[in-house]
Amino acid sequence: MANAALSTPGVPMQSRGLEKKQTWLERLRKGDEVVHLITLAGAWSIIVITGLLVQHLWVYSAIARHTFGWRFLFTSTWDPVNGLFGAWPFVYGTIVTSILALVIAIPIGLGTAIFLAELAPRKVSDALTFLVELLAAVPSVIYGLVGIFLLIPILTTAMPYFQKVFGWLPIFSGTFYGVSYFSAAVILAIMVVPFIVSISREVLLAVPVSQREAMMALGATKWDVTWRAVVPYARQGIMGSIFLALARALGETMAVTMVIGNVAQVSTSLLAPGYTIAAVIANEFTEATGDLYLHALIELGLVLFAVTMIINALARLLMLTMKGHEVTG
Amino acid sequence: MIRRLLALAVLTTASAFAQQISLTGAGSTFAYPLYSSWASQYHTLHPNVEVNYQSIGSGGGIRQLIAGTVDFGATDGPMTDKELAEAQQKRGTAILHFPTALGADVPSYNIPGVTTELKFTPAALAGIYLGHITKWNDPEIQKTNPGIKLPAANIVVIHRSDGSGTTYCWVDYLSKVSPEWKNKIGVGTSVNWPVGLGGKGNEGVSGLIRRIPNSIGYIELIYSIQNHILYGDVENSSGKFIKADLNTVTFAAAGASKTMPADFRVSITNPAGAQAYPISTYTWLLIPEKMGDKTKGAALKAFVHWGLTDGQKYAAPLAYAPLPNVVVQRELQQMKKLQY
Repeated sequence: MANAALSTPGVPMQSRGLEKKQTWLERLRKGDEVVHLITLAGAWSIIVITGLLVQHLWVYSAIARHTFGWRFLFTSTWDPVNGLFGAWPFVYGTIVTSILALVIAIPIGLGTAIFLAELAPRKVSDALTFLVELLAAVPSVIYGLVGIFLLIPILTTAMPYFQKVFGWLPIFSGTFYGVSYFSAAVILAIMVVPFIVSISREVLLAVPVSQREAMMALGATKWDVTWRAVVPYARQGIMGSIFLALARALGETMAVTMVIGNVAQVSTSLLAPGYTIAAVIANEFTEATGDLYLHALIELGLVLFAVTMIINALARLLMLTMKGHEVTG
Repeated sequence: MIRRLLALAVLTTASAFAQQISLTGAGSTFAYPLYSSWASQYHTLHPNVEVNYQSIGSGGGIRQLIAGTVDFGATDGPMTDKELAEAQQKRGTAILHFPTALGADVPSYNIPGVTTELKFTPAALAGIYLGHITKWNDPEIQKTNPGIKLPAANIVVIHRSDGSGTTYCWVDYLSKVSPEWKNKIGVGTSVNWPVGLGGKGNEGVSGLIRRIPNSIGYIELIYSIQNHILYGDVENSSGKFIKADLNTVTFAAAGASKTMPADFRVSITNPAGAQAYPISTYTWLLIPEKMGDKTKGAALKAFVHWGLTDGQKYAAPLAYAPLPNVVVQRELQQMKKLQY
């Protein structure tokens, strides 16, 4: 009987469904309901985890929230001894390093993805993709060491020449010690490029052949096909890869704390040392004593959560307006 | 017959389980090598006692102890009155401090062309870390190093970015020798630094020192000994310049022992004594005065007693300065307070 039911082709089943709605038990037996429940549970678990996270961060930051209110966000003093806590230098450092990292990583990542998907011979593309995915699996502490032993010496050697030309710009002024916002951003960029490359390549490859053929039929060159037909078609996926890269950059801890200098100050110069939210939590949490200090650190976690959400929302808004332009233009 | 054998088997296993005691502790990362060495040595002597020590940091150790999730804690800075009151309230027991070994902070520097040990006055170190002394050839540094040509370069100050007992010891010293530091900055495992860059851990600080010319930073004595890092002498309260080593650190503890309070919560920075190195510190075990499980308590008591007496010989090979005998004697007296 069961075998017979299973072997029934889809068409008669559908027609039967029209006559009589299937009972819950029937659907359960056929697997529909099981899959539905399992996937629903998966979706719910995301909501529950996020909810619990926010609830915990909220409850365990109560003392700091009540003591400082909104001042917490906009003051720059971080003084555990006297119980004065302001998050601004960390918020600033987190945003500056992440945005700068994306500015560096997007052209490199997208360029690589386009090359791998559109231009490179299949063998080269596969080999390089394997390497890129390998890079994504490297632990962040290794990137931190790369930053200290490779990147910083290179930057320190190159910086005097760079500053001779661009030193008059406020963002490149001041003494360069090696550890800085800029070094952290470069390391972050190296860390997030694999995310952009790997996902963007997949979505570029998934663009239907018909899109390319249509463009070619109009007499477009190879590059025109890629840039005008393939990339716009894959834009949604590419944006997705950039969001993922941004999320990774915002939350990265170990590699950043190793190269950013860990100084709780706000500087215009990208070559000055700074601090990020994730780095200060990692640095100070283990030795934090006293409820106010602990709650201030947990409130920083809450702030990071909010910053991530706001930046993500802004990026999505940007994407929506771009789409709107295309429709009207 | 079979029933009797079975009963015997049950009895023996039961008694074996009863004897197997596991003690858990958490806290100081600085003291971790010593406590894990103690734990393994003690386990070979007393196979039924197993000591698990997690080096989660002093702050974490104190929190876990107050919450009652560990049997003992360990810290590089003594618990505050407030924390002790909290423990009393939550666990219903006093917490006793037992110094177990000594450590010290040393000033390390990287000045191109200078390969000898510099001599630092307290005023020089405080001035550098407050940001008042900004050049290496400042008279305060130059006057105690007459033979050395110091450059007119800017001093790059380096400190720890992570909260640590090393920082606690360093700023505790600075606040004793500089009223300005005491009033403006204060003492803690992390402070609001007026100047400088932060490195994570001893390796982070020494890495920055190595990489940045004309820099100065403080690192643990143990770390600098094990890695052969150059460091300077510091002037002590008797006006003598002392190089930190295991002996001069033990002298510091001996010098401070005369004024040591009954609960051992004492900082030994800038102590009396002509041979004492001034930036030294104890590391403490935190032991609850009362314990629910008496067998466990007795085992813990025996372990601490062993550590303070026989265990001291394992300190020096790991580059911890051993406790002076006068302190050990007082601690053994204090152990009588433990109610188990």
